[in-house]
Amino acid sequence: MAFDIYDFTSLTSSIHEGLATFLPPVGVLVAEWLLVGISVLLFVAVFGLILVYLERKVCALFQQRLGPMRVGKWGLLQTVADFIKLLMKELITPNKADKFLYNLAPFIVIIVTFMAIAAIPFAKGLQAIDFDIGVLYVSAVASLGVIGILLAGWSSNNKYSLIGAMRSGAQIISYELSVGLSLITMIILAGSMQISEIIQAQSTGWFIFTGHIPAIIAFIVFLIAGTAETNRGPFDLAEAESELTAGFHTEYSGIKFAFFFLAEYVNLFIVSAMATVLFLGGWMPFHVGSFEGFNAVMDFVPPIFWFFGKVMFVIFVIMWFKWTFPRLRIDQILTLEWKYLLPINLLNILLMTLIVLMGWHF
Amino acid sequence: MTTTTLDFDTIKTQEYLVNMGPQHPSTHGVLRLVLKLEGEIVHNVDPVVGYIHSGIEKMCESLAYHQIPHLTDRMDYLSAHMNNEAVALCVENALQIEVPDRVKVIRTIMAELQRLASHQLWWCVMGMDMGALTTFFYGLRDRELILDIFEETCGARLTLNYSTPGGVMFDIHPNFQKRVKDFIKYFRAKLPEYNQLLSGNVIFRERTIGIGHLSQKDAIAWGVTGPSGRASGFACDVRKHHPYSAYDRVNFNEILRTEGDTYARYQARVDEMSESLDIIGQLIDNIPEGDHQVKMKGIIKLPEGEFYQRVETARGELGVFIVSDGKKNPYRVKFRSPGFSNLAALNHMSKGVKIADLVAIMSTLDLVIPDIDR
Repeated sequence: MAFDIYDFTSLTSSIHEGLATFLPPVGVLVAEWLLVGISVLLFVAVFGLILVYLERKVCALFQQRLGPMRVGKWGLLQTVADFIKLLMKELITPNKADKFLYNLAPFIVIIVTFMAIAAIPFAKGLQAIDFDIGVLYVSAVASLGVIGILLAGWSSNNKYSLIGAMRSGAQIISYELSVGLSLITMIILAGSMQISEIIQAQSTGWFIFTGHIPAIIAFIVFLIAGTAETNRGPFDLAEAESELTAGFHTEYSGIKFAFFFLAEYVNLFIVSAMATVLFLGGWMPFHVGSFEGFNAVMDFVPPIFWFFGKVMFVIFVIMWFKWTFPRLRIDQILTLEWKYLLPINLLNILLMTLIVLMGWHF
Repeated sequence: MTTTTLDFDTIKTQEYLVNMGPQHPSTHGVLRLVLKLEGEIVHNVDPVVGYIHSGIEKMCESLAYHQIPHLTDRMDYLSAHMNNEAVALCVENALQIEVPDRVKVIRTIMAELQRLASHQLWWCVMGMDMGALTTFFYGLRDRELILDIFEETCGARLTLNYSTPGGVMFDIHPNFQKRVKDFIKYFRAKLPEYNQLLSGNVIFRERTIGIGHLSQKDAIAWGVTGPSGRASGFACDVRKHHPYSAYDRVNFNEILRTEGDTYARYQARVDEMSESLDIIGQLIDNIPEGDHQVKMKGIIKLPEGEFYQRVETARGELGVFIVSDGKKNPYRVKFRSPGFSNLAALNHMSKGVKIADLVAIMSTLDLVIPDIDR
């Protein structure tokens, strides 16, 4: 089996050829679906746990604590232990809940995250599907998650859940605009919606450096709107702990709660991954102009480490927001979107178009 | 082809009731608020108290006077020392005992340390109610140092039980002065951090300025005392206007603000912390020599009559009213607790605000539920 850490296409094609030697074409397709499905499933489970652990360590860092330390070395197994505990918890359905929707909601939320992960490029050749409208696909699929949240809030038969879900609906649908518009800004620069092409276009320089001021504005807007879309602090109104106890997932227990919890962290990953792909060059190494020696050293680091390094940086920044800022109020959150971010974004698109038309970008 | 149109006259919105509490993260105990909401907007707040009613006033009727402070700790547990002091002062005044200067100064220092500890915890929780979880750990870090001083002085960290009729339970620890001075130095440096983290934060200011307005007239009418009342311009500091213990020998400012909104109540408390540091700083080097107690009889009997003493706790004015019939137990004891009166103004302040603002307003009232229910 050919394995090249710099280019995974050799690995995937050798698996494909290996399967084709003893399976009919349909069988190969089914086997590959299964393989990809299992790897995405594994990735979500493992990476979700890692992110939960990281969040606890990062927040402990900001709060002058140690964080989990008891289970395993440095508390490394803490999230695993928590997950096992959640698996064993009783699944409670409230008496007058809408049983079908109540049980459906967590699955919608988690399935959506799986669907979005399919289009994330982890390294060269390590991407489940490379749509020619990849960016549109991710933003479209990611916005389906709100349906699960609304259903959860509505079907729980709990007023706190309902308030949380309504807040969440208003917030996510509003911020969808900003996310979409800042993506469009970058698409104009890249000239393509295909994720692999967008990354290829950044081989000479990441968009945040080559895209002039509009790219930086779009990056900041994307970070704010992306945080809001994942329902994280300071925009965690949907689960505002001090106001609504736990918002839309108040009534959920056990593994269904874990689904919401996991989905939140995987969404965090998706937002960071999209920021990485569109602004920070995806898995492209960091190059500085004509410093050949420096560039060669950068090239030596495998793309998959570049990708995860950048994603972790963005995740850290988003966690930083959460543990520093107080929460916004619902009217302020909508004011921020409709009165500030949206006009800025629209102007930014004009600016970007102008720059691309005049060829002012690097 | 028929078209269905929405008839907006038949679609009605309605107010709905939400029970906030008795188990809720931001009611800080077992307070229950019945909210009448229209969407996010609060139309009416109906506090239901009594979930932790422990009958302290009634119990006092069957206890001797030196036992009563043991119960008052448990009322407002965050200003336990001031509660003890109030009873002690009331009994001493009734018996016309003059306590030594040393006792007065020690009581004042302890009361101010207690006020600092209480305000620090309030600050942590204020941040948490607004969604900034990190403040909690910053505040607790500093509060821990005060609790350590308490522990060394009298063995307890929360329910101090230090002040008794006739003096204080034990003399101060030899380390006391040094540790308090170290703490003042430490906390003076840390106080700007509090302002950086919350007071100057854009989101925090947006959420608090102009919210939950309480005018001076209303503050007086509802009997809102303490920092909450002073933020509305109601000069109600008992320490200043009716000095007790050693407050007549220190210089300090009564923090008065005129805005009366959530931010003013917040800032009043933060400023009060630095005033408390000043008061301790003036007294800590001048603790007079002398006894820490007056020799009291084994059984204290108050003369027949009615006695009232008020002190300034971290939450406002605490009044102790004792009716004595000359026996060894009081005939009737009544506490005028600051939390109860402050809570009464909550509905008035939070008409028409959002749920999130209600939580912030409640947080600036700094409610301690056992103080309300007694």
